[in-house]
Amino acid sequence: MEGNYYPLLKWILAAPLAGFLLNGLLGKKLLGERAGGVIGSLAILASFILAAMAFTDLLKLPVENRLLRDTLYSWISAGTFGVDAAFRFDPLSAVMALIVTGVSFLIHVYSTGYMHGDEGYNRYFAYLNLFVFFMLTLVLADNPLVMFVGWEGVGLCSYLLIGFWYEDPEKAAAGKKAFITNRVGDAGFLLGLMLAAALLAAKGVLALDFASLEKNAPLLTSFTVLGIGAPTVICLLLFFGATGKSAQFPLYVWLPDAMAGPTPVSALIHAATMVTAGVYMLARLHFLYALAPKALEVVMLTGCFTAFFAAVIALLQKDIKKVLAYSTVSQLGYMFMAAGAGAFSASVFHLATHAFFKALLFLGAGSVIHGMSGEQDMFKMGGLRREMPFTFLLVAAGWLAIAGVPGLSGFYSKDLILEKVFEHGGLLIWGVGVLTAGLTAFYTTRLFVLTFLRERRAQKHAHESPLSMTLPMTALALLAVAGGFMLKDRLFTFLEPVAEHAPAGPEAARLMFISVAAGLTGLAGAFALTLPKPANFLKNTMSHLHAVVFHKFYVDEIYSAFIVKPLKTFAGRVLFQLVDAGLIDGLMVNGSARASYAAGRLLARAQNGRLDVYALVFAAGVALMLYWII
Amino acid sequence: MELLTTLLGTPLSQAILLPAVWGLGVFLCPRGRTKHYALAGTLLTLLAAIRLWTGFDAANAAMQFSLDLSWLPVYGIHYQLGIDGISLLMIALTAFLMPISVLASFNYIKESERAYYACLLFLEAAMIGVFAALDLFVFYLFWEAMLIPMYFLIGIWGGPRRVYAALKFFLYTMAGSVLMLAAILWVVAAQHAATGVWTFSIPALYGGALTEQAQFWLFAAFGLAFAVKVPLFPFHTWLPDAHVEAPTAGSVLLAGVLLKMGVYGYLRLAVPLFPQAAHTFAPWLAGLGVVGIIYGSLVAWTQRDMKKLVAYSSVAHLGTVMLGIMAFEPAAVAGAVLQMVNHGLSTGALFLLVGVLYERRHTRITEDYGGLAKVMPGFAAVFMIVTLSSVGMPGLNGFIGEVLVLFGAFRVYPWLTGFAVAGVILSAVYMLGMYQQAVFGPLRHTENKILPDLSFREWAYLLPILVFILLIGVYPNPFLRRAMPAVGNYIQLSQRQAAPPPADVKISLGGIRK
Repeated sequence: MEGNYYPLLKWILAAPLAGFLLNGLLGKKLLGERAGGVIGSLAILASFILAAMAFTDLLKLPVENRLLRDTLYSWISAGTFGVDAAFRFDPLSAVMALIVTGVSFLIHVYSTGYMHGDEGYNRYFAYLNLFVFFMLTLVLADNPLVMFVGWEGVGLCSYLLIGFWYEDPEKAAAGKKAFITNRVGDAGFLLGLMLAAALLAAKGVLALDFASLEKNAPLLTSFTVLGIGAPTVICLLLFFGATGKSAQFPLYVWLPDAMAGPTPVSALIHAATMVTAGVYMLARLHFLYALAPKALEVVMLTGCFTAFFAAVIALLQKDIKKVLAYSTVSQLGYMFMAAGAGAFSASVFHLATHAFFKALLFLGAGSVIHGMSGEQDMFKMGGLRREMPFTFLLVAAGWLAIAGVPGLSGFYSKDLILEKVFEHGGLLIWGVGVLTAGLTAFYTTRLFVLTFLRERRAQKHAHESPLSMTLPMTALALLAVAGGFMLKDRLFTFLEPVAEHAPAGPEAARLMFISVAAGLTGLAGAFALTLPKPANFLKNTMSHLHAVVFHKFYVDEIYSAFIVKPLKTFAGRVLFQLVDAGLIDGLMVNGSARASYAAGRLLARAQNGRLDVYALVFAAGVALMLYWII
Repeated sequence: MELLTTLLGTPLSQAILLPAVWGLGVFLCPRGRTKHYALAGTLLTLLAAIRLWTGFDAANAAMQFSLDLSWLPVYGIHYQLGIDGISLLMIALTAFLMPISVLASFNYIKESERAYYACLLFLEAAMIGVFAALDLFVFYLFWEAMLIPMYFLIGIWGGPRRVYAALKFFLYTMAGSVLMLAAILWVVAAQHAATGVWTFSIPALYGGALTEQAQFWLFAAFGLAFAVKVPLFPFHTWLPDAHVEAPTAGSVLLAGVLLKMGVYGYLRLAVPLFPQAAHTFAPWLAGLGVVGIIYGSLVAWTQRDMKKLVAYSSVAHLGTVMLGIMAFEPAAVAGAVLQMVNHGLSTGALFLLVGVLYERRHTRITEDYGGLAKVMPGFAAVFMIVTLSSVGMPGLNGFIGEVLVLFGAFRVYPWLTGFAVAGVILSAVYMLGMYQQAVFGPLRHTENKILPDLSFREWAYLLPILVFILLIGVYPNPFLRRAMPAVGNYIQLSQRQAAPPPADVKISLGGIRK
């Protein structure tokens, strides 16, 4: 087997698992709050250090052989199907593992402050540790099945954490919605894998690890499914899975609701890590997508549409977390645009910078909500710069980074994506991307202005958050500011050591100029349009449009009215009442019982005690028998 | 005397006779001690099953622990027993679920305790007997013997509509069994006509010479009997009623073991005896399995009674199993066999959990609960894990079986299996729906505010199930390894060609003429 045996990998996973078990089994009674938080955070720190050690060991290897592997045991083995419990550490998983453990550690520390005093404190850290365990399983998996374990596992943790405050039925329902929507995508993921495995098996290939998949993927091109090339079908099915996990159209609807969870959870799971799993999966399977240019077009179009669509919805949201949620959907769209353009490294680059600035913005929002004792409506905030000066400064860094201000992290990655999209997708897609960049600058500026600037609109007093919260934010702010510049060349030489990295030409500079201009326009526009007068003027002149956007294009309502409700009515009325209780049970089962009862009653009449009838029947019987014998 | 030592000397025969004899002993036991006595009996049987497990040679594809005693020599009827990996898993599951069922009955059963525990023990003997029988006559005997204690369990210790449910259960199964009996006699007679030897031995009949047409009708008869038991759509409507009315232990055994009898019947008899016909029927049976997955899930979604919901979810799960065994593909069949065990564990646990609630509040309607996580955190955690096992969460047992069936069957029935994937979504819809309504949300009803969490006894019977739910999910190979040779045999037997018609064998009312 290729790759270098590296037994350290399992310990990267074992640390958060141990943290989960300690906090989950011992709980608040035995462990207490402080120890629980410390154990939870230290487990992730240990995991981060181990990942960093693996990373340095990886760097020591020659570029063409940068792969560490750790196979634990044969997981499932049943004749024609076998997979190992095995992990791999290559440049792509290294980048992801470092982002996941690094950002997770910061958010764990933040959580010790944010969740202080909560009744379910230890349960929270148990779930959070379990999430990191599954996320690392996803990232380090050596085959798609183990990846699927992580894939569903993070979905489970997301479900548990969204519904963390389970006593509120709305929050519990949001968790369920997330889980089920994700499962819709997962069904696509599974189908894609099943199709790939079945076709490869038909060619005699049973191994399913990524290395052999990469080697044998070209075999798939000889098949067609429904007249379409097999790789295209497989890639589209897998991408459908990605739209679930990474909240793309049409399955993005769970992510805004997922904001019901504690805010650090939104930062970690629903911004920095889990929702990027789909992007990661595409990058991991880039060799399959390389065989399916049609599928890549769909990926790019979906990403482009989602980016724009979600950015439009974000324009009018009142809830600070909802703005960030739609923003996340939109930014994930950018990552898929890049993937669709075949620029997987660019998508991973944006994944990294987005993890920094979006986690920072969420933590900032959390700090504001914490300081305002649970208030999330931006229209009830304002002027917080005086009461929360640290949060104000740190969020400012995140705001400028996402708005694409030159020099900050968001600028580098977004600019690169737009450049790649221009090359592969053409003017229209690029244009929508630039427009979305303008909208992004607009809604984040609006968020910043409404929250921190201008006059105070709340009566309540706000307070600055403790150091345990502001320190992790500071670390993220540094990354959000400098991360793009630091990574912009290093990441690419690390991920694609073989590819040539041509310096940007004058064409690229022109494109960059336009997108920066769009960003600045959006930024300035937001300052102007958040003033009450123009805001009201716009709202009144375009009231219909405003209503549609404000209600998120009624997508949830459409799903409910056209899919969920009809299906439930069908299940209840037609299947259960008509088919089950009516046809099968009523007509066939009880019907036949009634029929035999009736027949019995009918025959019982023959036993009426009249001897003359008996004699007649007897005689007829004898006659018949005689006839038969003779 | 020699006969007795042979009978009692083999662990397989012990596993059957021990609960049967122990069941008779119940009536000698002092009244207050009956339940402990019954628990001891089931634990001893579990010990016998563990001996089978450890003594079983996983590499050996032949029948093991064989026993063959001539019983009614005139018709070649033997008390012939033996197990392969599939029967081993089923017997282990049965012996594992029995002490759990007894423990779950401790507080629930107050009336005629002796008769109740005797029924449970007789049922165990019959169930293990079915899985161990290698003689058609013995098989049929145990098959029918199973019905009687189950009928009483539902009919005497059941809920308000127990008599209707028990009768429906009994008649439904009998209707199938009668056809099976006729078919058994036909098979044996045909074998006698062809070879001149009377035999009921199943392995001997595997080599039988049946024409394709005869196979068709015989498979139909066997298949119908087993389809009722599985239960395959549309023969499933006895199941929700039986489950709702049965006491907790009855539901656990019904779902955990009795439903597996149908699938086992296909694996051991219907397919290997009539392979040609099996291939004709297979796509239809697999199709009904997939209909069952979607239909069962959708109907489960609309149920308010938790037991009914779980009952319909069984229709869906067993649909997956049928899809697997009808694919005649190693991974799919192995997955189906494992899924039988998984379903026994997760659905058994679900019925136990509903029973835990019912003993406290005497209602099974989901809306009567809500917010249980607050007062019963231990219960909520166990319920969560079992729910996840049932929906096939990776890392737990249900996933392994499901994935093997899906990946394996997809190679044979791509379209059908494609539709079966809908079950992945739908199972989450109904299971999480129920969980959310019962466990999350505010404590709406004041009665629920004082519910005690799981007791020591309840933990004692739930924990072992959790251990296996996790173990099979993380490390399924010890189970798969034992099943694989038997799976291989099954597939090999299913590929046997039908004998060319010997022309002059004719079965008519006047007897069999050559």
